[in-house]
Amino acid sequence: MSAPRSMRTPLGRVRNLGSSHSGTTDFWRQRLTAVAMTLLIIPVIVIILMLIGRNQAGAAQILGSLPIAIILVLFIVASTWHMRIGMQIVIEDYVHNEKIKLASVMANNFFCIAVALASIYAILKLSSGV
Amino acid sequence: MVELALPKNSKITGGKAWPKPAGATETREFRVYRWNPDDGKNPSVDTYHVDINECGPMVLDGLIWIKNNIDPTLTFRRSCREGVCGSCAMNIDGQNTLACTKSMHDVAAGGAVKVNPLPHQPVVKDLVPDLTNFYAQYASIEPWLKTTTPTPQKEWKQSHEDREKLDGLYECILCACCSTSCPSYWWNSDRFLGPAALLQANRWVTDSRDEATGERLDNLEDPFRLYRCHTIMNCAKACPKGLNPSEAIAELKLKMVERQI
Repeated sequence: MSAPRSMRTPLGRVRNLGSSHSGTTDFWRQRLTAVAMTLLIIPVIVIILMLIGRNQAGAAQILGSLPIAIILVLFIVASTWHMRIGMQIVIEDYVHNEKIKLASVMANNFFCIAVALASIYAILKLSSGV
Repeated sequence: MVELALPKNSKITGGKAWPKPAGATETREFRVYRWNPDDGKNPSVDTYHVDINECGPMVLDGLIWIKNNIDPTLTFRRSCREGVCGSCAMNIDGQNTLACTKSMHDVAAGGAVKVNPLPHQPVVKDLVPDLTNFYAQYASIEPWLKTTTPTPQKEWKQSHEDREKLDGLYECILCACCSTSCPSYWWNSDRFLGPAALLQANRWVTDSRDEATGERLDNLEDPFRLYRCHTIMNCAKACPKGLNPSEAIAELKLKMVERQI
């Protein structure tokens, strides 16, 4: 329970700043990325099995295939997006200090974007054979 | 951060063990949460022995028997004693339910009947929780028919099919068993409306006679008000009326997506 010793009415406290009219987009994207990952996980496992034990040249040769590179990039996008939304929900659930919450949500966004970009860069670099 | 441990002044310490009633041949042990706002002490759990040949079979009967025969200071809410009013909602043997419809003989065969107030709400006294916030959340979903069309002379009509859509929603008695069993509600009851208020919201969103469906959905569309529900389903397990608030919330989410895509 919040608002200790406030003289605000209970209804005023519940209404607070009003509805943010958001949340549905994240809710939908979380399901969208979950379905995408379900579809992509088998090909991704197969690709990873193919990559095991290969050196960089071998890996570059496999990733040089356009469908393989696309599957991996799609998986990275879906999983990091899913990770970003999921982690934000956990933060919103458990972190109640507004400043720490804002900082955590920001750090979560930065981290997920950094992971996504680094992974995509690595895939593109290998697949282009540079 | 979320508080996982109880504050110091809420920790349960000791408790009085009342003697078995003289002359009773069959008794049942009750362990009841006690807290008095006036004595400045921490909560305790008192032990009573109920003469089961002298009282009815329900947990509420046992509590009333204790109040009448052992300890008149024991405080709890009750009214209809038949599962209609929702007043006697409490945590019995770890499960939120109505004391009037829960048989003491169904509780942990032979063991003590453990009775606590509904979890994670401020306690007024003993088994009486302060549900001010819960009721305000119900008020916030504006649980009445909202229309723009001039009121018909006789009545707002509804087909049998549309009326059936309210089954599983209108039966809610607002006992708060569901909301106070929900971990999301425990952590964020100041912003998350909770399963009871959301089930009621869906009752009005579903009502074919209501003309404010979009406005109602607008009011709910919020990461905290609605989307704190993570389908944990404690609400459905706890509901003494056998309703499924989790499903009602899923229907609300589906409607949110439907109007966007």
